[in-house]
This record gives sequence, structure tokens and C-alpha cells, in this order.
Amino acid sequence: MNELSVIINEVSRHYNKVIALDKISVSIKKGEIFGFIGPDGAGKTSLFRILTTLLFPHTGYITIEGLDVVKDFKKIRNIIGYMPGSFSLYQDLSVEENLNFFASIFNTTPEQNYHLIKDIYQQIEPFKNRPAGKLSGGMKQKLALSCALIHKPEVLFLDEPTTGVDAVSRKEFWEMLKNLQNFGISIIVSTPYMDEASLCDRVALMEDGRIMEIESPQNIQAKYPYLIAAIRSNNMYDIISDLQEIPKATSAFRFGDNIHLSYKKGELHKDEIVNFLENKGHKNISFDMVEADIEDCFMELMNKN
Amino acid sequence: MSKEIIISVQNLMKKFGQFVANDDLSFEVYKGEIFGFLGANGAGKTTAIKILCGLSTPTSGKISVAGFDAYTQTNKIKHNIGYMSQKFSLYEDLTITENFRFYGGIYGLNKKQIQDKTKQLLERLKLEDAKDKIISSIPLGWKQKLAFSIAIMHDPKIVFLDEPTGGVDPITRRQFWELIYETAHQGITVFVTTHYMDEAEYCDRVSIMVDGKIIALNSPKNLKNEYQAKSMDEVFLKLTRN
Repeated sequence: MNELSVIINEVSRHYNKVIALDKISVSIKKGEIFGFIGPDGAGKTSLFRILTTLLFPHTGYITIEGLDVVKDFKKIRNIIGYMPGSFSLYQDLSVEENLNFFASIFNTTPEQNYHLIKDIYQQIEPFKNRPAGKLSGGMKQKLALSCALIHKPEVLFLDEPTTGVDAVSRKEFWEMLKNLQNFGISIIVSTPYMDEASLCDRVALMEDGRIMEIESPQNIQAKYPYLIAAIRSNNMYDIISDLQEIPKATSAFRFGDNIHLSYKKGELHKDEIVNFLENKGHKNISFDMVEADIEDCFMELMNKN
Repeated sequence: MSKEIIISVQNLMKKFGQFVANDDLSFEVYKGEIFGFLGANGAGKTTAIKILCGLSTPTSGKISVAGFDAYTQTNKIKHNIGYMSQKFSLYEDLTITENFRFYGGIYGLNKKQIQDKTKQLLERLKLEDAKDKIISSIPLGWKQKLAFSIAIMHDPKIVFLDEPTGGVDPITRRQFWELIYETAHQGITVFVTTHYMDEAEYCDRVSIMVDGKIIALNSPKNLKNEYQAKSMDEVFLKLTRN
């Protein structure tokens, strides 16, 4: 799995004065699920449009399976699959017609690579005569993925496939991607949902057109420089502003039904923090040390920059 | 939190032809509560929200929002609620102040009220210096906070937030929730939908919809106990998967 599939070297792109991508460099291995994770405006879509030969980079270069995105764009288009963020199939063609159409563009037939899409397509096959525009969100997504796979691409690009999708459908979608990985396809995916990082082999955390970190999610979490205490009390409204008053604490953020308080090892102790809260009138205080979540890491990196 | 009922829904049905989008919904929302309205895509959340906002008429059932009837007093409902979604928020080519003036006018505030509210809300967001900036030039996180402030500038009894935090960074998302807490603390009821299950934990109570029905409604803590789950994510998966 050490052979490289995609090499991105010092790529920049701007729109007038706005810098969308600022010297991005990443290498992605063959067969890897690689995630670009960051909020809206981080530059994810610009990068995906360059990767899929729809936009020129202003500086730097990118190769995909050894082909240059500018010079060899036609060859690249034959070996990649692309699912853009917005639904881009023909709304008034049926499910089956869309699939046949995309297959014919790539000089193939749905039968030829059916093994690739079988698991996904079977779920929408009962609706094969329905116009694509009349499908539910989850079904549209499955059809779009089937169409992006129909020519057996070597590299699959998915730009925010799970945005606006409910928690259950998101999980199912990621299970489909894991299955595709078994066919040796390199899968490059972007998402604003931090919790999806743990489903990737490696991720790049992006913010403001830059990459803050490239690592496996496990290593990112292991590198978190502070201790984290998950704290709760009877007054979850005031607790956050109270905890923010502790000068030695690095940050205090809400995480689900807890507050994550981070601090340098040795700088603070449980008793100190609990006493502090008790003096502020908090009762039923619970205090547990926890591992850093990917969002803890992202926020720490954001603060550092 | 008071037990004063601000939204009352009894046996709400909404059909589109043969299709039942909302199937006998019954629930109450209390004043000053943060009420999470969860469900899978296509469960019928948007249909229900449109009815609660006075934009769509129910097929049957007894529904009252802020004390007004959802069949006959939809205009009064609209005056007493605020609404914000991720998609529709602000006019991109107007400045921050102009957006306040425009929406203030629509909500029927007078010039003085608009000025006072604009000043007060910009102070709270610490955006006084940016007041003449064009919306398209400001970061997404600011836009969301501004859109929220505008949705409550006419002091509505209820504010509806439809996936307000999609796509924002984790710090901004949390700052946004602090605004929600403050607002609820002032007595404005917050009715919110989200796909982030950690945000479901921030709500006082949540309802979970599946196929047009509400299949669970309780505080996150009670739901976790009831379904023996560690997180709301787990509760949601248990309830909505199959």
C-alpha cells in the first residue's frame, strides 16, 4: 500500500484577492481512504475541482496515477470517478437511464463492472424506473455513487458526500466506502463532519486554504498536547463561563453532555478544579479524564494558527 | 424552566395525496426550552416545521403556536416566531446594518427600535466595527451568528433553527450554541433540528421522528437510560436503524 496514487505539490489557487488554497502538499497512497476535513470555506471544493481537472492550479502541480492534471486531463478523466457536492445526475432520466448514460460515456456497460456497484445498486434497483429527481436524498446519493463507479475508476473523488445527511445514512455510506476499498480503489473524500475522520486511513485537517496536519486519525489524537477532563455539574449553563475563568486551563468547550477542560500536565489537579467549581456553587460535579477527540485536536490546531 | 406551554400539538396529521408525511404527532414545548427535533432525512421534520411556522396547513389535528391557531391565525404566528436555516439567511450584497434594517422593517419594528436592536445585538456579537461590511465579505461563522441575531431581533416567543450549524468549524459551532443557551435563558423558546448528535445532548428535551411518527421524546439523559446507550448518537442509531 506504499505506492502513491495522488501527489499534490505546493498547489495554490486564488479567486481575485481571496486565497482559496495556499501551497497545499499531500501524497495519497494507492488503495487508501484519505479524508480532507475542514469547515466550509477551508478550500476543499476548490482542491477537488483541481484534482478532477475542472479547475487549473495557479501554482504547483498534481499527478494522479502518474498523470498530470493540466497536461493529461483527458486521460485522467477516464480513470477517475467524481461525485460532486451538489447532485449532478439527470433529474428527468430514470435511475436505470442515468446508469446506462454514464456507462456509455465511458464506453462500457453497467454489466461489465456490475460487481463493483452491486451492493449499492441493489438497494435502489426496485426504483430503477423512477426519475432520479424524484428519489429521496439517500437514494440519490447511492445512484450518484453507482454512476461514479460504473467505469471502474482507479481513484474515486467524493466531495462532501455526507453533508446534510442524517447520522444513520452517513454511517451506511461509510460502510459502502469501506467495501469499495476491497476493490483496490483509492478513495479521496472531503467532509465538514469531524467525527468522520476516524473512518479514514489518513486525514488532512484543513482551515483557510491551508493544511494544518496530515496523519492517521489515531496519531492526530495521540499527539494532542494537553490533558482533557470531562466535567459535569448540576448547572450546565454557567459551568462553561466559570471554567473559562481558570487561568491555567487552556480551553473549555462543550462536548455532548460534558465540558472538555484542557490543561497542561501538572498545571492543574482534579481537587483544585472541583473545589473551584464548588466555590462557584456547582453541585453533583462529575470529573473524568478522557482521550482527545478529533474535534479537540482540530480546535487546538486552529488556536495554534 | 417553567411548564408554560408555548407550542401544543395534538394529533397532527399531514397528508400529500396518499402519502402521510406527519402521522398523528402529539407533543408540547415549554417556554424557554431548547427543544431538539431530530429524525432521519425524509422522516417528516420539515413538513412539521412548516406547519408550526404557519407556512403550511395541517390536514387535521389541533395545533397552537405561541397561543395562536395553526389554521386560522398563521399571520399572528409569523409575527411571534423567528426562523433561521442554513440555506436562507442574509442578503449577501447588503451590509450588516442594512440587513438588520431590512429585516427589522419586515418584522414591523420602528426606526428607533431597529437602531436600538442593531446596536445591542452587534455589541453582544462584538461586531460593532464590522457593521458596514458587505455580508459576502465576512466569514461563514459571523454570518450564522448574524442570521441568528436577526431571527430574534423582534423578540419572538419561539425561534426555529433548521440545521443552523452545518459546515461550520467546531469552535464557531460551540460559540453558536452559547448564543442559543443565552437566548433560551432569556425566555425565548428554541426549536432546533440538527444532524450533529453531540448537539442533541445540548437540548433540554429531544424528539426523534421515524417515518412520520414521533417514536421517542424525552431529555437526552432519560433517553440514554431508557435505551441503555452511552450517547445520543447510539440512541438515534438504535431507534432509526430498521
